Amino acid sequence: MKFLVTVKRVTDYEAKIKLKADKSGIVTDGVNMIMNPFDEIAVEEALRQKEKHGGEVVVLSIGSSDSVAQLRSALAMGADRAILVKNDGELDANGVAKILQKIVEKEAPDVVLMGKQAIDDDNNQAAQMLAELLGWGQGTFANTITIDGGNATIVREADGGLETVKCSLPCVITADLRLNEPRYASLPGIMKAKKKPLDEVELSSLGLNTTLKVKVVGYEEPAAKQAGQKVPDVATLVHKLKTEAKAI
Amino acid sequence: MATHLIVAEHTGGKLVKATLAAVSAAQKVGGTIHAIVLGQGIGDVAAELAPFAATVHTAEHPGVKDRAAQPWAKVIADAATAIGATHVWAAATGAGKDLMPRVAIRLDAGMASDISAVVNDSTFKRPMWAGNITGTVAVSSATKVITVRPTEFAAPAAGAAGTIAAFAADPGASKMSFVSFDAVVSDRPALSDARVIVAGGRGLKGPEGFKTIVEPMADVLSAAIGASRAVCDAGWVPNDWQVGQTGKVVAPELYIAIGISGAIQHVAGMKGSKCIVAINKEPEAPIFQVADYGLVADLFKVCPELTEALKAAKA
Ligand SMILES: Cc1cc2nc3c(=O)[nH]c(=O)nc-3n(C[C@H](O)[C@H](O)[C@H](O)COP(=O)(O)OP(=O)(O)OC[C@H]3O[C@@H](n4cnc5c(N)ncnc54)[C@H](O)[C@@H]3O)c2cc1C
Repeated sequence: MKFLVTVKRVTDYEAKIKLKADKSGIVTDGVNMIMNPFDEIAVEEALRQKEKHGGEVVVLSIGSSDSVAQLRSALAMGADRAILVKNDGELDANGVAKILQKIVEKEAPDVVLMGKQAIDDDNNQAAQMLAELLGWGQGTFANTITIDGGNATIVREADGGLETVKCSLPCVITADLRLNEPRYASLPGIMKAKKKPLDEVELSSLGLNTTLKVKVVGYEEPAAKQAGQKVPDVATLVHKLKTEAKAI
Repeated sequence: MATHLIVAEHTGGKLVKATLAAVSAAQKVGGTIHAIVLGQGIGDVAAELAPFAATVHTAEHPGVKDRAAQPWAKVIADAATAIGATHVWAAATGAGKDLMPRVAIRLDAGMASDISAVVNDSTFKRPMWAGNITGTVAVSSATKVITVRPTEFAAPAAGAAGTIAAFAADPGASKMSFVSFDAVVSDRPALSDARVIVAGGRGLKGPEGFKTIVEPMADVLSAAIGASRAVCDAGWVPNDWQVGQTGKVVAPELYIAIGISGAIQHVAGMKGSKCIVAINKEPEAPIFQVADYGLVADLFKVCPELTEALKAAKA
């Protein structure tokens, strides 16, 4: 069974995100960059499925050569090889989905595993778009994945409970937080990762039109919430909730 | 002139209220509003939408009886093409997030996710980086697909006398199917509709803490119960209770955060609440930066007291 897992380089979820003085974007100098946490869960899931079913785990990133670091992290976790589609420009989800489609057509995986959203742009679009371009089924926000007999059964974190859907293979699945707990890379894993194959593909070689349909034209910091007050005790709290906030 | 198509979300034969946020957003752009309801036995849902649309299209077909992104996306995209929609809208609920990107790429449309404001017919504001930044996005494709953050849009103006018209749905071949839904059974209000939410975090020490501290307070306030990611991950409470960047976004009149530190990912989902109360023993906990009223105390000591005082205040 072949798994293709996407990996995006994003700002650390613990980093303090600040706007540049000219508001042209966020400050990235000195900000730690990590593998998107949901992608890390997707990598882990592919590794576990491979342990069960055998096969290969290929990780894929689209971005500048800096993304090699995140691909190496995935290789250190245990992925077999990596592909970097090199691109320094801006992309929207439509463009990302079209690039992924090209790679999927070449690699022919049984399952594409992706994070449910990237924690920088919070778009939550590319995986669903990819599934549609390929004409495949999708299991988004996966909590549990069972693969057997040419199907994937996905228990999804839906509003109001857990939904189960069934997709024939190949399909696209996106990882939610509780799918698994990603392993830490071992020292031998990190050493081995340095020697694993990492192919670079120039975006321009794919012959795609990725003209932006969605462009971020402005960034601002949301209005800061007025700092509130500390109350000394329960009686004061209830009194203020009743008379000041009129919330009860 | 803009032509809008609103994708209705429904459950148990009723319209999900969040859909009306999409109507509000479309009204801000202006133009003709259509809606589409997919499923079977959807007459009541269509009737609920009729006051907000010129035409409500009903797509009844065995292939779309249960919601599944692939067949639904085809039918919605077909309908959008048939009416010449310039904008296709849905609420940014779990279902909307699952479904709408497929609709977008089918229409070769750009998509703005989870918008918090409409600037004009092609420009929208939306939270990024867990709400640390508000981005303004311009969508340049002829058709635009937008999901709307329900808490950011007030109820739309009713007044249309929409006609209900059958749409000949052709869901096509699907590689996926709905199997089952395991609902979280609760007689409390839904998180998304609740006027008051009592939310608990790791400070509660275990599922017992929810039983003995959070539930009695929620009972007194007829509140929904929310939770931090940490306690959902730990399995103390259903995943569906998670509030935050990657859980539910809520904006009740009153949000009481008990034993929650206030990580940015949690705050992203509740900072729009009208009044926020935080109870935490750590005076420097970041939750106090967004709280209107903060009580620095041991929750196990003050919460039972607070529940009694609230009961008395409500009596
Ligand atoms: C990709 C990603 C997505 C995430 N998405 C979300 C999300 O959607 N929602 C979310 O909530 N989190 C999310 N998180 C997790 C988030 O970063 C925090 O880890 C989480 O919110 C912490 O939960 P907590 O506040 O319950 O626990 P903690 O941070 O451990 O806080 C517990 C608090 O309880 C207090 N406390 C302890 N004992 C007592 C006592 N006796 N009395 C009073 N106070 C006490 C402590 O002072 C502390 O402040 C996400 C993280 C990542 C990486």
